[in-house]
Amino acid sequence: MQTYIYPEYEVVRDRAKCVNCRICERECANGVHRFDEKLKVMVEDSAKCVNCHRCVCMCPVHALKIVKSDDTYKLNANWDNRTINEIFKQADSGGVLLSSMGNPNTYPIFWDNLLINASQVTNPPIDPLREPMETQMWLGSRVVSIRRDAEGKLVDTLKPQLKLSVPIMFSAMSYGSISYNAHESLARAASELGIYYNTGEGGLHKDFYKYGANTIVQVASGRFGVFREYLDTAAAIEIKMGQGAKPGIGGHLPGAKITADVAETRMIPEGADAISPAPHHDIYSIEDLRQLVMSLKEATDYKKPVFVKIAAVHNIAAIASGIARSGADVIAIDGFRGGTGAAPTRIRDNVGIPVEVALAQVDQRLREEGIRDNVSIVAGGSIRSSGDLLKAIALGADACYIGTAALLAMGCHLCRSCHSGKCNWGIATQRPDLVKRLDPDEGARRLVNLVTAWKHELEEMMGGMGINSVEALRGNRLMLRGIGLTDRELNILGVKSAGESM
Amino acid sequence: MSGQRMIDSIAVMRERSNGLGGGFAGYGIYPDYKEFYAFHLFFDSKEARKETESFILRHFEIAYSSEIQTRKIPQVTDEPIIWRYFLAPLSRKLADSHLDEREYVARCVNRINVCIDGAYVFSSGKNMGIFKGVGYPEDIGAFYRLDEYFGYCWTCHGRYPTNTPGWWGGAHPFGLLDYSIVHNGEISSYDANRRYIEMFGYKCTLKTDTEVITYIIDYLVRKRGLTMQEAAKVIAPSFWATISSKSEEAQREETFLRRAFPSLLVTGPFSIIVGYTGGIMALNDRLKLRSAVCATKGDLAYVASEESAIRKVEPDLDKVWSPAGGEAAVFELYDKEGV
Repeated sequence: MQTYIYPEYEVVRDRAKCVNCRICERECANGVHRFDEKLKVMVEDSAKCVNCHRCVCMCPVHALKIVKSDDTYKLNANWDNRTINEIFKQADSGGVLLSSMGNPNTYPIFWDNLLINASQVTNPPIDPLREPMETQMWLGSRVVSIRRDAEGKLVDTLKPQLKLSVPIMFSAMSYGSISYNAHESLARAASELGIYYNTGEGGLHKDFYKYGANTIVQVASGRFGVFREYLDTAAAIEIKMGQGAKPGIGGHLPGAKITADVAETRMIPEGADAISPAPHHDIYSIEDLRQLVMSLKEATDYKKPVFVKIAAVHNIAAIASGIARSGADVIAIDGFRGGTGAAPTRIRDNVGIPVEVALAQVDQRLREEGIRDNVSIVAGGSIRSSGDLLKAIALGADACYIGTAALLAMGCHLCRSCHSGKCNWGIATQRPDLVKRLDPDEGARRLVNLVTAWKHELEEMMGGMGINSVEALRGNRLMLRGIGLTDRELNILGVKSAGESM
Repeated sequence: MSGQRMIDSIAVMRERSNGLGGGFAGYGIYPDYKEFYAFHLFFDSKEARKETESFILRHFEIAYSSEIQTRKIPQVTDEPIIWRYFLAPLSRKLADSHLDEREYVARCVNRINVCIDGAYVFSSGKNMGIFKGVGYPEDIGAFYRLDEYFGYCWTCHGRYPTNTPGWWGGAHPFGLLDYSIVHNGEISSYDANRRYIEMFGYKCTLKTDTEVITYIIDYLVRKRGLTMQEAAKVIAPSFWATISSKSEEAQREETFLRRAFPSLLVTGPFSIIVGYTGGIMALNDRLKLRSAVCATKGDLAYVASEESAIRKVEPDLDKVWSPAGGEAAVFELYDKEGV
């Protein structure tokens, strides 16, 4: 018995508008649209549709829309349609369910329960169009000893830091999980913006070495593409210990995506599955991490900051405290709503904690231990707007990683089907005909636009608070108030309730 | 110079305060006890005084102590019990603490202020003293009989409190050891500064901007060894765009300071005067959202929110100028020891 599952979304065509131009047919890698030669009309198979909206966007006469299907099982508050369908799928296949992108479920989003302050009377708001407003900052360790040269001038005793024009970076997305053109878009945008993008664990394509000054290279448990030149080219190195979308497990890029180019970049055979182990097999405890941090620093002559990226899990404050004492310069925290190219559904939807609480706890813990200067904190997974960005900084982040938002800027419509490898937007695919749909000029331009827009918004909100440097916003939790939160939640976030004054 | 000149000067700016706080700091006022830490304390009750004195006796040798002489005037009411102690740390206790003497004293001040209910140390430097309370500054000056004190340097302040209630301890100057700070404005970086500075053993109990600025100066200058000018470049640094147009050497210094201490950058309107042994520093926020006027006459220097307050006591000035936002104006004695 093969269970028939009615499509979740239906393609609706306005036949009065449709001119049978067959663009939708050419644009859909899933084969939804077809020209019926007998009837001389376009027909569609909703069962194949992933709701990526490519056809909707490309239809020159706007004849297409995708609607949520109203087919339903008998309504049941406990057994909803999705749960039932997943049971059917597993009963059919015996397999682990896979999903892509971030956790879509209805967990609390604490960003939406935080409100931002503005100045009135006792402190003037600042107009960023007329007054300087600084979003530039430096990322890394700030531990200094005050030393002077023979003339009494201060000697720069800081460890290497990264300079950011705005506290936003593009988070790790590997070449392989996303396309060459997507990587090129990210690299070029980061260079133009004076920020950084992250290679993810798939190595760095040789064509992109020229963007090295704006590249963070990742060293993950599979060690794909890691060699001397890779490390030397980068501005910083990130050890990936975990990912918010799938804490506790590694990665699996299927052989079908390991094209010749991807294989060369990852330094693995073409067509072979690329499997990253769950742990780093040279890191079974905190002191082993320290050894890897220091090995990478030794290998690069102590010229580059080393990041450690961890998934937000229950004991994150204690883990972060260990990392802050490991020699690492930056801790990147990835919340449980962070994106992924593919993750087991159960893990993505059930494991980990929101980045808001993880960030608040890590920042507070490091301060209580007096080691907040040892590291900078980068928060990600998921930062959806400049509002989230500002709130993250006020909770204590130095900067934020954006992944999903960057993908959306490049055209992604969050259909959450990356694992199929048939991304119609040319992002999460290696099929040359699809990849070429993403023009790197256009991709880079849209990314620059997005970050520039967020920068303007950040400046406006900072100005409203009477703050003219992002450094004075960092950890400034009195600029936030919680609304609709319990006392316990307010306490964990370290913010006061709306209506409470100083 | 007697405290009366300061009283005359600040009386001109009466409308800038609202009677909920006034205060003075005088430097060089205790030449006979200059080797001792002069503690000024408010007590809410006799019990608080007893508890505090037993703490003091466990940690210090008391060279002299008495109630501070005040003049009862109708404008100043509800005053707490106000005492003064000249103290030297007990040498054995100090040696056992493995702290330098100033850190030992600072920690004792902190212990009293945090742990003893109804006791508050509001002045703790050598050969200097802070006098403050709830009232207009000229009335507070009369109350403390400041016409009878003589020093080489004075600061004073009239308060119009917003965020925190007007109470005796909340008036300015705020002091720690020989640092005293008066501050006009409201800083928007408060919680970023507070949460950072509290990593280094400070506890911001008053929740005032002035308190956190005092700790920042104490941390940067006393604990980290920066100069006042360097500390000013941390607190009110030039904008990155301005820094990039400076000389290579200035760029190196200012970039280093901003990169090393970004969380001590103070934003929002402020004009502060920092008093310390042998000098004062006036500093505005980098947008210069509050006023500060400097003037000199001979070898005397003046700083005030309004030029009128200076002209009141010295009509004939050699030089008058307004320092730019973030530009520290530092005036020091030829002999920094302050004698």
